[in-house]
Amino acid sequence: MTEHEPSSVDVLIASDRVPANARPELLTEDAIWALLDKVLDPEVPAVSVVELGIVRDLSWDGTHLSIDVTPTYSGCPATELIEELIAEAMRAAGIRDPQINRVLTPAWTTDWITEEGREKLRAFGIAPPEGSASKMSLLGADEVIACPLCGSTHTERLSEFGSTACKALYRCLDCREPFDYFKCI
Amino acid sequence: MTQQEALQEYLLRLADSDMILGQRLSELTGKAPAVEEELAVMNVALDLVGQARNWYEYAAELIDDGRDADKLVFLRDAHNYRNLLMVEQPNDDYAVTTARQFFFDVWHYFTLKSLVNASDERVATIAAKAVKEATYHLRRSSEWVKRMGDGTEESHRRIQDAFNLLWRFTGELVTPDDVDQAMFKAGIGPDPEQLKQDWFGMVREVAAQATLTVGEEDAWMYMGGKRGEHTEHLGHILAVMQFLPRAYPDATTW
Repeated sequence: MTEHEPSSVDVLIASDRVPANARPELLTEDAIWALLDKVLDPEVPAVSVVELGIVRDLSWDGTHLSIDVTPTYSGCPATELIEELIAEAMRAAGIRDPQINRVLTPAWTTDWITEEGREKLRAFGIAPPEGSASKMSLLGADEVIACPLCGSTHTERLSEFGSTACKALYRCLDCREPFDYFKCI
Repeated sequence: MTQQEALQEYLLRLADSDMILGQRLSELTGKAPAVEEELAVMNVALDLVGQARNWYEYAAELIDDGRDADKLVFLRDAHNYRNLLMVEQPNDDYAVTTARQFFFDVWHYFTLKSLVNASDERVATIAAKAVKEATYHLRRSSEWVKRMGDGTEESHRRIQDAFNLLWRFTGELVTPDDVDQAMFKAGIGPDPEQLKQDWFGMVREVAAQATLTVGEEDAWMYMGGKRGEHTEHLGHILAVMQFLPRAYPDATTW
């Protein structure tokens, strides 16, 4: 549970692997967002951390970079790894000692997954969240979930939880394939 | 007791209950009755341990004696644990696991829902994240209570037995002590009267749908977990959970 502090060794190794950008101060904020959009979620490698909506903000003054990242779930085991992947991508771009802040508020919601992210999830075989998190009822009926493979809405839930905390397990009653549904929270 | 002392105590209660229930559920790894349930139970455990960590980190900052979240979890003995007695009860059969989860989830949901509006910003922040997860947990456990209660004769008997067995630990969930009262007065903790009404209201509603009967509100109740007086089960949980960090202190790679 200790925070990983980027050591000088990490920087050296990173610069051995990837030629470091000699002039990071020329990077614009848009360019940094574009770099972040290449960092994939390790558990759902179809979408980037930007498309997933977990990178909340960044500030960059040409030498110091600070990025706000929010975890999807309190116990998401990928939280540290994602922070490290982001830091590594930034170091590879020549930015020294990027600061990654873990922010809990406002709490992440699936409403923040971008349209592009939703399409990529579907293409990957994961049904994207349906409806708006704010309208979900406590003990009410479930949303109708379309099969990401054949598009049929004739599906049933097998379990409230799937392969990771952020997903539930469904089955299509037409094409018979089981599939993950990205839970709406 | 200053307000900060009360807050530290209250944070440890939230953290310890999450942690011990997470550990209990983890015992079902590889042993749950169906693979879907295994996934569900492990995910609930993961959420709870993650929430525990957020509470512990805040508690550690306030206690400020050099201990971090890990040290609070792994180096305190049973009498220093502040979890509810409910969560340390054994998994037993799956009806008991389910009833324990349901009773806890109802309490957890209403508590967190109130903590979202806490005057302490850090508490409100952690609760805002956790309440989404707790809502989902309650959806699942209440579904199972209904399915078992309104299922076969065998499943009905088992979940009813589980309700009867665990009822004696429900009083502690909704009976406030001086720490709970201090937190309510400070604008942090929930209104104890409201919490009690909400808890019984939802438990009765779900039980009715599940064709189950619940015990009396004024039945004799086991209490003491919040003060560090535990049932014999907690020591065994800690023995398993704490062995490695106690045998290999400060090891960073196991």
